[in-house]
Amino acid sequence: MSTWLTNALYGWYPYVALTVFLIGSVLRFDHSQYTWRSGSSQLLRRRQMLWGSNLFHVGILVIFAGHFVGLLTPIAVFGALGISHTFKQVLAMSLGGVAGVACWIGIAMLAHRRLFDPRIRATSSFGDIAILLLLWVQLTLGLLTIPISTQHLDGSEMVKFMAWAQGILTLHPSAAALVADVNPVFKLHLFLGMTIFLVFPFTRLVHIWSAPVWYLGRSGYQIVRTARPARPSGTSMRG
Amino acid sequence: MSLFLDRLTFFRYRNQPFAGGHGVTTDEPRTWEDAYRKRWQHDKIVRSTHGVNCTGSCSWKVYVKGGIVTWETQQTDYPRTRPDMPNHEPRGCSRGASYSWYLYSGNRVKYPLVRSRLLRLWREARAIRTPVAAWSSIVEDAEKRVSYVRRRGLGGFVRAGWDEVNEIIAAANAYTAKTYGPDRIIGFSPIPAMSMLSYAAGSRYLSLLGGVCMSFYDWYCDLPPASPMTWGEQTDVPESADWYNAGYLILWGSNVPQTRTPDAHFYTEARYRGAKSVVVSPDYAEATKFADLWLHPKQGTDAALAMAMGNVILREFYLDRQVAYFEDYARRYSDMPMLVRLVRQGEHYVPDRLLRAEDFTEALGETNNPAWKTVAFDEEGTPVVPRGSIGFRWGEQGKWNLEARDAGGREVKLSLTLVGHDVASVAFPYFGGSATNGFTATEHADVLPRNVPVRHLALADGETPVATVFDLLCANYGLDRGFGGGNVARSYDEDQPFTPAWAESVTGVPRHHIVHVAREFATNAEKTNGRSMVILGAGLNHWYHMDMSYRGIINLLVFCGCVGQSGGGWSHYVGQEKLRPQTGWLPVAFALDWSRPPRQQNSTSFFYAHTDQWRYETLATSEILSPTAPSGDWSGSLIDYNVRAERMGWLPSAPQLKQNPLTIAARAKAAGLEPREYVAKALASGALELSCNDPDDPANWPRNMFVWRSNLLGSSGKGHEYFLRHLLGTSNGVLGKDLGAEGREKPHEVAWHEQAPEGKLDLLVTLDFRMSTTCVYSDIVLPTATWYEKADLNTSDMHPFIHPLSAAVDPAWESRTDWDIYKGIAKTFSRVAPEVLGKETDVVLSPILHDTAGELAQPYDVGDWKRGTAAPIPGRTMPSVTVVERDYAAIHERFTSVGPLMEKLGNGGKGIGWNTQHEMAFLRELNGRAANGQPIMETDIDAIEVVLSLAPETNGEVAVKAWEALGKITGREHAHLARPKEDEKIRYRDLQAQPRKIISSPTWSGIESEKVCYNAGYTNVHELIPWRTLTGRQQLYQDHAWMRAFGEAFVTWRPPVDTKAIAPVRGKHGNGHKEIVLNFITPHQKWGIHSTYTDNLLMLTLNRGGPVIWISEDDAREAGIADNDWVEAYNANGALVARAVVSQRVNPGMTLMYHAQEKIVNVPGSEVTGQRGGIHNSVTRAVLKPTHMIGGYAQQAYGFNYYGTVGSNRDEFIIVRRMSKVDWLDDEPAAKETV
Repeated sequence: MSTWLTNALYGWYPYVALTVFLIGSVLRFDHSQYTWRSGSSQLLRRRQMLWGSNLFHVGILVIFAGHFVGLLTPIAVFGALGISHTFKQVLAMSLGGVAGVACWIGIAMLAHRRLFDPRIRATSSFGDIAILLLLWVQLTLGLLTIPISTQHLDGSEMVKFMAWAQGILTLHPSAAALVADVNPVFKLHLFLGMTIFLVFPFTRLVHIWSAPVWYLGRSGYQIVRTARPARPSGTSMRG
Repeated sequence: MSLFLDRLTFFRYRNQPFAGGHGVTTDEPRTWEDAYRKRWQHDKIVRSTHGVNCTGSCSWKVYVKGGIVTWETQQTDYPRTRPDMPNHEPRGCSRGASYSWYLYSGNRVKYPLVRSRLLRLWREARAIRTPVAAWSSIVEDAEKRVSYVRRRGLGGFVRAGWDEVNEIIAAANAYTAKTYGPDRIIGFSPIPAMSMLSYAAGSRYLSLLGGVCMSFYDWYCDLPPASPMTWGEQTDVPESADWYNAGYLILWGSNVPQTRTPDAHFYTEARYRGAKSVVVSPDYAEATKFADLWLHPKQGTDAALAMAMGNVILREFYLDRQVAYFEDYARRYSDMPMLVRLVRQGEHYVPDRLLRAEDFTEALGETNNPAWKTVAFDEEGTPVVPRGSIGFRWGEQGKWNLEARDAGGREVKLSLTLVGHDVASVAFPYFGGSATNGFTATEHADVLPRNVPVRHLALADGETPVATVFDLLCANYGLDRGFGGGNVARSYDEDQPFTPAWAESVTGVPRHHIVHVAREFATNAEKTNGRSMVILGAGLNHWYHMDMSYRGIINLLVFCGCVGQSGGGWSHYVGQEKLRPQTGWLPVAFALDWSRPPRQQNSTSFFYAHTDQWRYETLATSEILSPTAPSGDWSGSLIDYNVRAERMGWLPSAPQLKQNPLTIAARAKAAGLEPREYVAKALASGALELSCNDPDDPANWPRNMFVWRSNLLGSSGKGHEYFLRHLLGTSNGVLGKDLGAEGREKPHEVAWHEQAPEGKLDLLVTLDFRMSTTCVYSDIVLPTATWYEKADLNTSDMHPFIHPLSAAVDPAWESRTDWDIYKGIAKTFSRVAPEVLGKETDVVLSPILHDTAGELAQPYDVGDWKRGTAAPIPGRTMPSVTVVERDYAAIHERFTSVGPLMEKLGNGGKGIGWNTQHEMAFLRELNGRAANGQPIMETDIDAIEVVLSLAPETNGEVAVKAWEALGKITGREHAHLARPKEDEKIRYRDLQAQPRKIISSPTWSGIESEKVCYNAGYTNVHELIPWRTLTGRQQLYQDHAWMRAFGEAFVTWRPPVDTKAIAPVRGKHGNGHKEIVLNFITPHQKWGIHSTYTDNLLMLTLNRGGPVIWISEDDAREAGIADNDWVEAYNANGALVARAVVSQRVNPGMTLMYHAQEKIVNVPGSEVTGQRGGIHNSVTRAVLKPTHMIGGYAQQAYGFNYYGTVGSNRDEFIIVRRMSKVDWLDDEPAAKETV
């Protein structure tokens, strides 16, 4: 892979994806409130939902947490805690592997349901089907990285990704060089991952922003809304 | 500003928690709440109603928001009723509440649509030709014509502009009028009362052209011919509020809560008030919940039940004991005292015609119409001529009333019986001895002689025995009065027609129930002076022998003095037939302001002939002829009888003559004769031919057809598959073979073509707002305004209010109101027609009409000029002949102004006429003057004001004039009924403000008053206005020769006829599943008609989402059918598919298919025909009845939608079986291509 392409895909593309992800989300939130939803099809058909949806969601949340912590925790922190790269690599492979398989089964069920249940198929948009297939491919690629990782249990490759991710986030596009010679499966996985960020605001994935996690830490049982301020002229919401 | 940024509230003061930390105050944005708040906000509310054939006629609030109709709710501002009556409202039902769905549904017709092949041909032809020449180049080229005709019903519509479609239609109309005659331009639109102006728009255009408007009430089989027979009135019934005044209610074959939903509360309230309620229904219909006693006779045997109840009432209230009220009523208001001549037939006598004054030497002193004045004995035994018979109605004034006087003014009390004189044996026909298809036959002879008291009178033609109608009736009911002889019974338990025991064997209803109900019904009437009521409907009327059930029930009501009494009487509810401001509407609708008479046709006979259903007729007249028929030639098939009726002027014809009626005047001139004389001579000589003699000759085909406000092909078209094959010429599912192929006897009077025509129509144009089944089969579909997008009028027989339809929004997309559509066509026609037409002389043939002096045509025997038994005399032995001038370039000018004939000839209806100068002067001021000096009628609201101003029901001044005009004929003062309202003038905006009650008018037999509810026959009984019958009274004896020939002079029991539609297909289309044969019943449904249609998604969601038939659990088990299985139903007429609803509601042996379930939603292909589905009418075929063709005979004279053949369909049987393969025919265009 040429240096130029490496820089473009792993040095600059992340910024494009993240920009679209953030600004796109805000714009959609502001301008299209009624589309800000998970678009669940459970009302139309419960079949395959209980297992499919739960396996998928539990799996993907574990994977998401693993990636988040694994990639973005400064390397020094692991050192301070005395966690070796080998241990971390094995942990990622085993825990991530279990969650990944569960998630893969879930998404396969959901994809089957979405494509082959006529009622669900008829009510699906292109985006609904595309994002599901995109996640399914990405997950498959993720699982394919496990056997590759067994060849370097020392965690050296993993450190490259940590350094790359943290480099990008700290505005060092030159970090692209770190992943220039990793296995193509990793490269594809990275690319697709960024693409998911890119398409995020245009799909039902926006519901992730509004996952009601705050509910776990709520206080109070009697909810009172504040009085509406007198509306300034010119901002009428009435059609 | 930004929903996102607004959430970033880091620098804002935070509300503190309260209630010990359990309560929190959020500060999230609250704009989302507006969505919920706005859900029920609206910009305006407009009053409208549903212009569908729903008798509800409910006032609705239509809500508009942002220019869009959003929903509707019930109006609750009806004028209150008087203190002792429940109010009318709330009116409305779930069907009406779901109507707004149609406005923006995918099924809305949004643009003018044309069959693409036709449009391509038109554009090619029009590029080089003038419009009419372009049209002729298409239809005269057989290949071009067939190329689009064969595609009907198979899709292929493309959009076109209004200018272009109007030109196609105008060119087709002009070509047809010029080439074949304007009577080849046909228009079908039903039930004007549901949207009067929309109806009038099309009928006005057609009438100005000389085109033909088709009847509907008879075709729908909602017209009960028993009503004109008995009362000389199409149908007149009590309003629903009058149920509340009843003491005893029988709900007989009418499903009030389901089909009269907004009125059903009066029934419940009547029960709270203490009325007893008996429900007669074979199935466990929704109405049975109202029953104190539920009687469930086998379907189709209601007449037998009614006969037995009549037997009980005559026995207990006339013979064993006399009730003063009943006797007085029978004497004054029925024909029971009238005398009937008896003639010898073999060993016995048979009842002949009613005795007339003319039968006596000196005619009992009568000089005016003595042949039409009936005779009775007074109490002293002297024959007298009581006032009120139809002879008094015409040719003299002041004696046509029901005062108990004879012609000379002497008070007389008529005698009901001749007991004490001689006794003679009189033969009565009995039809119950043979029955088919599982109906019970009893062991009785087909002729039953019974002894009847008679007197012998010396008449002009010798000594003749006579009997009273009453004595003959008692004998007809098989009552033993001690005169000896057989075939009569004294006990209810004897097996003798028509005892309760006999009825039990036929109907399955236990005899003690029959006796119990009859006794209670009459006892209540005795104690309350007639407050016993029967509510009945299509459930009885759709059988071939509907007259028997109806007359059986009417007899009960007349025996008990119920008709014309508040809280009593005959409540026949079917469609919305009551057009209250009728006499104001007629001139607008049929262009009577410009030319008279209009062409009108009875649809049943028309469709029977022109969809060639007659070619498949299986019912021979010999099967229905009476064994006591008068001597004479009674041979011929059903269509032969119809042809005879047409040529004798009894029934109308369309098309009328094989020759173009625009050419007749010139021919007459060439022959040196007046057109009237010429037509009579030329018909006799054969120089002119009636079209009815050869309906399959291309010269006699109907060529252009308009359908509007109707779903003819998806709903009312009995014999649907024959329509498709012969009238439309497209793919069809007819399974049987015609008479030629079957080798059966062919008609005598009608030419037989070995090859039947396929595709008689050149052009079928449908106006609708939804893509109905009819639209799908049309050549041009015009998008019309919905009921919330136009101004119109709506009235019902269920309540006395007149409702507006109002435009809540403008017609959406490119749709237009019906008024504007026809006005637009008229305008284009006026431009296009001069290519071939100018001022033309049209010779119009009309039947002999009821309520005109012509109804006194042939008093005795039937003279047929073609058979040489009479001379052809227009208006007496043949149709009337009238010359009408047409100005084809001025159609638009005439359409949009009120013509001069209103001032020249006046207005009127039902035999009463009055002057309209004052109203016309008023309209010139109100609407303005057109360029021709006449009142303007440019917009639909202009036209509404014309209707309201001319009608007595909405203009008090006209009502007074009308009552005064009637008073001259009756010699009595009636104007007091309207005088208090003389200054009341109801206008369109008044109706929009609040529903208005109409004003009493002599064109109806009930009155609007603060004291009584509207009740039919009220003015006959209380104002002594005669019924418009031969005797002037409620006529229980029908003495016309054809009535006697077909055994229905008196009411009797006739089992359903055998349509023989099963044998030709049985076992020939097996698919491995078991086949069962069931009676096919098509009642009104709960989720569609009446109020909306069966494609409404909201309603479909409430049922099974597509076509269903109901079958009993027993039949389902036998055929291996589970609930919701796809089943197929078929017979010789065609096939249909539906899901099965397996229910305890239905009796074994019958199936219910709610009618008008369309082909357009969720209908797969039929395994038998390979065509898509089929509709309920795919398995039916119209069968005519000769007695309905009688004309020129007092009450049995033709009137549009008043009398004529009716399209019965309940005697039909079908094969039902499970489907093995449900094929949706979604991907077989190639298969469809081969027709």
